[in-house]
Amino acid sequence: MIAELGHYALVLALALALIQSWSPVVGARKGDVALMKLADSTALAQFAFVALAFAALTYCYVVSDFSVVNVYENSHSQMPLVYKFTSVWGNHEGSMLLWVLILAIFGALVALFGANLPAPLKANVLAVQSWIASAFYLFILLTSNPFRRLAEVPAEGRDLNPILQDFGLAVHPPMLYLGYVGFSIAFSFAVAALIEGRIDAAWARWVRPWTLLAWMCLTLGIAMGSYWAYYELGWGGFWFWDPVENASLMPWLAGTALLHSAVVMEKRNSLKVWTILLAILTFSLSLIGTFLVRSGVLTSVHTFSNDPARGLFILVILMVFIGGSLALFAWRAPLLKQGGLFAPISRESALVFNNLFLATACATVFVGTLYPLVLEMLTGEKISVGAPFFNLTFGPLFVPLLIAVPFGPLLAWKRGDLYGVAQRLLAACAVAMVGLAAIFAFEGTQSVLAPFGIGLALFVMAGAVTDIAERIDLRSMSIETIGRRAAGLPRSAWGTAVAHFALGVTLMGLVSASTWGSERIVALKPAQTVPISGYDLSFDGMVSRDGPNYRETAAHFTVRKAGSVIGVMEPSKRVFPSRDGMSTSEAALLTRGVSQLYLSLGDNNADGSIAVRIYHKPLVLLIWLGALVMALGGALSLSDRRLRIGAPKPAARIVAQPAE
Amino acid sequence: MTRKQRRLILIGSSLGVLAFAVALVLSSLRDSIVFFNSPSDIADHKAAPGKRVRLGGMVKMGSLERGDNLQIRFEVTDGNKDIPVNYHGIVPDLFREGQGVIAEGHVEPGGTFTADTVLAKHDENYMPREVVDTLKKQGHWQETSAPNASTVKAAAK
Repeated sequence: MIAELGHYALVLALALALIQSWSPVVGARKGDVALMKLADSTALAQFAFVALAFAALTYCYVVSDFSVVNVYENSHSQMPLVYKFTSVWGNHEGSMLLWVLILAIFGALVALFGANLPAPLKANVLAVQSWIASAFYLFILLTSNPFRRLAEVPAEGRDLNPILQDFGLAVHPPMLYLGYVGFSIAFSFAVAALIEGRIDAAWARWVRPWTLLAWMCLTLGIAMGSYWAYYELGWGGFWFWDPVENASLMPWLAGTALLHSAVVMEKRNSLKVWTILLAILTFSLSLIGTFLVRSGVLTSVHTFSNDPARGLFILVILMVFIGGSLALFAWRAPLLKQGGLFAPISRESALVFNNLFLATACATVFVGTLYPLVLEMLTGEKISVGAPFFNLTFGPLFVPLLIAVPFGPLLAWKRGDLYGVAQRLLAACAVAMVGLAAIFAFEGTQSVLAPFGIGLALFVMAGAVTDIAERIDLRSMSIETIGRRAAGLPRSAWGTAVAHFALGVTLMGLVSASTWGSERIVALKPAQTVPISGYDLSFDGMVSRDGPNYRETAAHFTVRKAGSVIGVMEPSKRVFPSRDGMSTSEAALLTRGVSQLYLSLGDNNADGSIAVRIYHKPLVLLIWLGALVMALGGALSLSDRRLRIGAPKPAARIVAQPAE
Repeated sequence: MTRKQRRLILIGSSLGVLAFAVALVLSSLRDSIVFFNSPSDIADHKAAPGKRVRLGGMVKMGSLERGDNLQIRFEVTDGNKDIPVNYHGIVPDLFREGQGVIAEGHVEPGGTFTADTVLAKHDENYMPREVVDTLKKQGHWQETSAPNASTVKAAAK
């Protein structure tokens, strides 16, 4: 009954979305306020119905209703409650339902908080949102219905894939989808602006907070996914350049570019056409990401099942939306008026530089990800493009970008003084040089590139500090001045500095963990000890215990440094009887500062020894801490008063604002 | 500086960056892509010895031998040809006899395969797509060997 209710709610949401797809557009054309206002109500109702559908599916999971195919295939009555909740989206159908739920949330948010938008713009935005929503409701209802029933009710479910039985599943997909789907707002705004054929600085001010919010969530989602893969997959890697990872990186790169170009548009009314194009591309890349992951064209942990009908359906959605929006862009973009001028050396140019390199880096990832698919389609030849390709292309493109990061915020708008900025960055440069020299002195020259990487990271971090120091006039040495200036500094300036600083932090973690980490793979018998990077790990023996739906065998290790015990580690293997004895390795982590010791178990050998992977990962936590701080920078910027209250209303807007 | 000159600078530098990226992509595509081969391909000497390739198929039943010091030997089969694989290290959790596997490494002059990476699937129901294609090509694939929900679908209303 509940499942049918959910199914019905989803059908109703589709009906509402279809109404919302045309009525606001007609209303905006004719200036019919009632038709335009209709979109507000339908957006809210859509949200209510999708939430109902989602709640229905969640209910089926919580009560373990195995008559529902989706629940039967992905749940187990003995599974801990938290995983019953998270397994709602730990499968294809449920994750698509989460996708539309988030889309509906964003639609409802625009309806609720878009009161200061010009009515036609808001109406068109909601209509475009509804086009996307209709397509995905149809996709779910026609090819991926999560509410399908079984004729005979099985006594027990087949359990969730054990790799997914982790807290990571609670955070990673929702955050990632908030990012992916959040960019749909920027897309809808862009398409709405193209339909109206008009765009101004105020438009950018409305789009920026939505983009920022989506970008923050995507940043956190990617970081969480990376950390999850790091501790769950057992090989200690944090980024594999897997096509599915790339699918999330591409919208992030494009979204980062969009954030920066929207600043130029908001402040200087320039780069309009480019910003619109970026908004379209960013969401298109999110759609491509969804397609790559959900269609089964790629082999990965994210591919739940491959049904060709689904792939085809998403491909059609993809072509309609990307092709349609790009065609609309080609047709309408020339209508948009050119904005302010700027000199080749200026803040605007710095941001163009940023966009140029981010877009190019994104394009190389795109090529590397899709080339194997295209080649196989054309020639039947199967290839894989792995880490070496991306390191060779992505790396060289990111270096100039990172060098430029500290310069950007210090340059003046319109016409900047590069020489002056370079002088102000001397201190940051000195910090980087000292770091570089120190690393060469301590670590030697076994890796030449890595010390430069650390130097670059220090330069980016010190550059962000310089930016703030300049703005709060640190040199005045007067606490009163500094305090006054710091309080007066807009939060978005703090946000910029914090996010840029975090970029340096992440880079430092990446360089350090991949260069100075150590790895040992050994076969150990009880009472044996292995040294690694100054730590001694002694293997005490095996322990067995029962979990809620698995049986666990753990190896007990005592970790010593210079003779004294600093901790115990228990990497384990879990066997899930419900999944035909499928086993997973649970790595053990011992955190020391921001560095980690990492242990994961292999197989038992005939001679009674057990295979163990041991890693020491210096500064590895900085990678994800950096991402967290980056998102924090985004949040700071988002809390900026100017964004919250929206643009100062362009006074002479002739459009009739409907009376509330 | 006129608008036109500024635009020229912008377009010029964009093209410069783009050309740089294209050069990077082309040069690294030549060196760093890895071709996928079935055991039959390897047996036909499609991959030159020493060249980095991927080998995909099923782990042959009864072929897995664990040696000393984490040395592992197994055979990868597509039903027609079997290729012996040597690997040193820890294999993934879902690495088993009779299951799909992808090994990355190179062919030795003697025809054996030395792997430095072994990839298995993440789900016991799931078979790497490349492996499915290989088996289909050799005529050893039955739809029923993918228990992937298809059995359940039949039972569903």
